[in-house]
This record gives sequence, structure tokens and C-alpha cells, in this order.
Amino acid sequence: MNALTAARVQMELSLGFHIVFAALGIGMPLLMLLAEWLHLRTGEPHYRELAKKWGKATALLFVVGAVSGTALSFELGLLWPKFMAFAGPVVGPAFALEGYAFLIEAIFIGLYLYGWDRMTPRAHFWSGVPVAVSGMLSGVLVVGANAWMQSPRGYTATNGKVIDVDMFATFKNPSWLPLAIHSTLSCYIAVGFAVAGVYALGMLRGRREKYHRSALLLAAALGAIASVLQPLSGHKVAEMVGHTQPEKLAAMEAHYKTQSGAPALLGGLPDDKTGEVHYGIHIPKVLSILATGDLNGTVKGLEEFPRDERPNVMLCHIAFQVMVGCGMALIGLGGLFFLVWRKRRDDLPRWLLWMLALAAPLGFFALEAGWIVTEAGRQPWIIYRVMRTRDAVTPRTDVGVTLLVYVLLYGVLTVALISLLRSLAKKDAKEGHT
Amino acid sequence: MIDLCAATAVLAMVAYAVLAGADFGGGVWDLLARGPRKDEQRAAIARAMGPVWEANHVWLIFVVVVFFSAFPAGWALYTTALAAPLRVMLLGIVLRGVAFVFRAYAPQYAGGHATERWGAVFGAASIVTPFLLGACVGAISAGDMSWLSPIALSMGAAFASLCAWLAAVFLTVETEGEVQEDFRARALIAGAIVIAGALFTLPLTVRLAPHLWSGLMGRALPVVAIGIVSGALAIFLVHRRRYRLARLAAASQVTSVIVGWAIAQHPFLIYPTMTLESAAAPEATLRFVLYSLPFGLAIIGPSFWYLFRVFKGEAARLT
Repeated sequence: MNALTAARVQMELSLGFHIVFAALGIGMPLLMLLAEWLHLRTGEPHYRELAKKWGKATALLFVVGAVSGTALSFELGLLWPKFMAFAGPVVGPAFALEGYAFLIEAIFIGLYLYGWDRMTPRAHFWSGVPVAVSGMLSGVLVVGANAWMQSPRGYTATNGKVIDVDMFATFKNPSWLPLAIHSTLSCYIAVGFAVAGVYALGMLRGRREKYHRSALLLAAALGAIASVLQPLSGHKVAEMVGHTQPEKLAAMEAHYKTQSGAPALLGGLPDDKTGEVHYGIHIPKVLSILATGDLNGTVKGLEEFPRDERPNVMLCHIAFQVMVGCGMALIGLGGLFFLVWRKRRDDLPRWLLWMLALAAPLGFFALEAGWIVTEAGRQPWIIYRVMRTRDAVTPRTDVGVTLLVYVLLYGVLTVALISLLRSLAKKDAKEGHT
Repeated sequence: MIDLCAATAVLAMVAYAVLAGADFGGGVWDLLARGPRKDEQRAAIARAMGPVWEANHVWLIFVVVVFFSAFPAGWALYTTALAAPLRVMLLGIVLRGVAFVFRAYAPQYAGGHATERWGAVFGAASIVTPFLLGACVGAISAGDMSWLSPIALSMGAAFASLCAWLAAVFLTVETEGEVQEDFRARALIAGAIVIAGALFTLPLTVRLAPHLWSGLMGRALPVVAIGIVSGALAIFLVHRRRYRLARLAAASQVTSVIVGWAIAQHPFLIYPTMTLESAAAPEATLRFVLYSLPFGLAIIGPSFWYLFRVFKGEAARLT
């Protein structure tokens, strides 16, 4: 394995790992706050138990997010030193603000978690608010740095060195707002449905008391509401990508030939050599509407771009299909859940609980797939049309060794974490919440 | 502007060293917990670190971010030349954090092996991480970027022992009775090791990092003097059981070590080839880093104060 491949795999592994915990760090605090707020309003003790339990889970997940994020802040330089030397001054402001947000999050998570008996109930609730807000802001700011890599602007460079920067370039970037909203919503969807799935499984095992019912309802509500909003934000992202990175949009849709009234592609295996797609279903004009807002709008195809500037079409297309597929399935499931819930809230049918349990990972599949579309779709560039990924990689030849260590490390951590979360849930059953 | 940004990074380094340094030291004492009150010692460490260590840890990310924003060329050079120790250090950072939390969550009664295993990882990572951080600083000080040179290794050892010393002093404030006496004894031993480490490292500096030595004995001398005085004072205060004052003196000592080093090293990022100026980002980025600082601190400062008041104040000790 050469250094470039090893560095890319290590970055993908680290980010793919971190992203799960980042999402949990954005979604879990919101759930825990909702539960505590309901406790303050209703005085029902089971909401307090729920907030405590979710707080503990948040802390366990937050630490993995925090340390894997620290590792990433170094890996950016360790793996892509030339990228950091160039981009540091431009993306620095977003990261600096993220640094503050992260500090606030870490301070208040300590207060929230250990402060149950040391603060008034009201003060305790408010100490959780900054955790949820700054967790969300951290994500939005990091996406800001990523948005600049997708559509770099707001700086002047000569001889491969940035000489002037617009300090607020990150926030004026056309990619930022659509991507930030899209990714934040995806975190809420992933966490909402994952947590709902866990409690659905608990109910299938016979634990149908108030505690489990409320947990399921809260989590499903978060996931369902966010999932309904997601197609709107997805549309905005598609428009933006069609505008700023047309070859990425074309790769997502395996759209080889420029045409007006372009169809969207459902399924299908793209053949890069011939520029044809096998086994796919074309839905007329939909791509044109999505990308241009016009039935007969023209959408550029991959043929317009030199081969060495095209992303991996197969990967982008499949990842995009996975994302949309999972998203649609969850929208349907969320709707179905609330239809049934209105009629049978005290006696949810087993088939519905099974569906929720099976759908638990779908939100995370969508999140990872969407991230793959964004990043793989930018290749071969690390900074779109400014710097190629292969030109940014470290000159060191020993990246393969660290990759191996990271694979082992993250493997062990995942196994340990799952067993700890299971024991946390078991304790729950033993204490017997009624 | 460049110097102010560098000062910002140094201040964040001080915050990281004083706050997170003590947490690393806590890990060292967890590993070295001995005697009849072994479990009480570990419990005291866990109690002291639990609510605050994550907030303390984030200062490192802050240092990194300010550094790569303000001095991108310097950061690229550091991460390339020091890749090997930095990678191992990252491993240490990841394992230290998760081991501490995983241990707290491990099922207590299911055999207990998980608790012990994570405890060992936590302790080992708490020694390795500050050691490598110190070795990187040593490599930078010498200018040859070799982290296995005598000066790098001795600085690594000095960092690790400073952490252990800080932690022992801080823990005397947060414990009572016999456990407090345990940490007093540990503080005195660690204090002696810190002095020995300094006496061993400084002469090496004369030979291997002469520019740093002349800086330490020149511009940085007042700060170095404060460091020596407060270090001696801290040991004396621990001996007299004046723990709160000792904590202050130890914090001032560590602060002086870092500030003194930074003043002596100034203006070089890597002696003699790279200066702050040659590595600096465009003016606009530096301005952003600086101008956002007061706003950031206006939120962070009171938050930290509240965190420490709730968990470290007098009232907290009584509950």
C-alpha cells in the first residue's frame, strides 16, 4: 500500500469513526434535555431517570468523540501537511470558533453529569443547554471548514501560499449553510431513530412501562420531525452542488451525458468505460427539477470533465442511493409510527416495534453514506480545483504502520464501548423502572 | 500581531499544562497507588478528575487550532518532522481518555477484571503522553527535531514528573486525613524528582540547545527566577501542610517553566531555520484569532469559574 492510499484510508477510518460520535454528541444532549424539561414541567420522576440515563450515555460517547476528534486535529497535519500549510489560515477561523464551542461543551457536560445533586433543578437543566447548543455549533463550524474545501473562495494566493484572507470567508461560502443544515438534521435523524430502535427492542422484551414508552416516543419524535425536514434541505444541497461542483452531482446520479430535462436514476450500475448505466430505472425530468428547479433545466454530464478530474462514479452513485434510500425509509417509518401511536399508544403492536428495532442503524448508514458522497465526490481534489489530494499527502513513508494501529485501536474501542453500553442498559433493567 | 498570536498559543499551553498536566499526573498516581489506602487514593483521583478533565483536555485542541491557523507553515513542519512521537502521543491521548471513562462504567461486580485492565491502560497512557509531549518540546528546543536525543528524552522525563508533582499537590487540597498524608508524601518525592530533572536537563541545554540556554539566562531570567522560587516555595509549603498556597505556588511554577521556555525560544519555531514571522499566516487570520479571543474568553472564563466553583470550592468539599 503506498503512502497516499494508506493516508486516505486512515483519514476515512478516523473520520468515519469520529462522525458517529459527533452525531451522538449532537443528538443525545437534545434528547436528555427534552427529558429533563418534561420532568421539570410534569414532575414525573421517570423523565428524570431518563435524563440521567441519557446523560450517562452521552458522557460515555462524548469521551470517544472528544479523543477521536483530538486525534483528527493532529492527523490533518500528520497526513496532509501541505494541505494544512495552505489551508490553515483560511479554515483556521472556523476551527478556532469550534475550539471555543468544544470548550464550552466539555465544561458544561462535566457540570451536567456530576452536578445532579449540587445545583438546583432549574440550574441543572440550564447547565445542559450549552451542551446541546455548542455540540450542534461545533458540527456546523467544522462543516464550515469542509465547505471551503468544496468551494474554495475568499482568499488570495500566490506561489502556493495564501497571502490574504477574508476572515469571514467560511460563513459567506455558498456550500456552508446548505451542508450545515443537512448534516445537523442528519445527526438528529440518526440519533433519534437509533435510540428509538434500542427502546423498541426493550419493549419487545416485555419492558413496557412508562419509562420505556416515553423514551421511545421522545426519540421517535426527534427522528421523525428531523426526517421530514431533510428532503427540503437535501434539495437545497443538490441545487448548490449542481452549481458549485457539477461533476459531483453528475457522479451522484451517474449522469454521463449533458442534457436538458435530465432524469433521476434509481438503482443501476454505472460503467465508467462506456459511460452507460446498466439495470437502472430513469425517472424523467426529476434530476433537472432537483438541480435547477426547472423541468427542462440543463444538467451537465460527466462527459464535460476530463477523466482525471472525475470522482469515482460507482462509489458516489451507490453511496448517494444508500443515503436517499435510508432517508426515505425513515421518513415512512416515522409517519407510520405516529399514525399507529395515535390509535394504540398504550399498546404498540409488535410488528411496529420490530420495524423500529431493525431500522435503528439506518440513520447512521445514511449519515456515513452522505459523508462519502460529499468527500469522494470532491476527489481527486482535496481543495476543489486548487490542490489535488495526492499533492497534499505527507512525504513520510511509514503511514501504513499507523494505519494498522488505528484499525486495531478503533476496533477494540468499538467492541468495548458496545459492551459498556449494554451493561448500562442492563443495569437499567435490574433497577426496574416503573 | 504575530507575537500576540504566539502569546495566545502560549497561554493556552499554560492552561493545558496546569489543568490537564495535573490530570495526567493523576493517572500516574493511579498506576502507582500503593499501601493500605490504595483504593481510597484511586477514588480520590477519580473524584477530582471526573467532572473537569474533559474541559481541561480541550485546551490542547485549542493550542493546535491556534497554532495551525496562525503559523500554518510551522505546523506543517512540526507534524512532518515529529510525526512518529506525535502519533504515539495521540494513541496515548485516545487511550487515556477512554480508559478513564470506560473504567468508571465497567461493571464492578462482574469479575472486576475489566476495571483493572482499563485502570492499567489509563495509568500507562498517562505517563507516556506527557513524556512524548515533553520529548517533542525537547526536539523543537534543540532544533534538530530528533525526539530521541538526550535533551528530548530528559525533557520528556521532566514533563512526566512535573505532571505527577502537580497532581500530588492538587490532590492534597482535595483529600483529608490519611489519604491527604499519602499525597503529601508523594508530592515531596515528586518535588525532589522535578528538582533532579531540572538539574539534569539544564546543563544539557548548555551543550545541545545553546540558543535556548542563552535565552533562559538572558531575556527569560526573571521568569526563570520566579519559576525556581515558586517551585522551592511549593515544596516548602507542602512540607508545612499549607496545601492551598502550595497549589498556587506549583501552578505558578509550571506557568513560569512554559512562559520562560517560550520567551527564551522566541522568535524561533525551529532554531535557526524557521521564525514565527516566516511561518505566520496572513494578517487577516491573525486578526481573527486575536479579536475572537476576548469574546471567547468572556464565555469560557465564567464557565470554567462556575465549573470549578461547583466541584472544587469549599461548598463542594462538604457535600
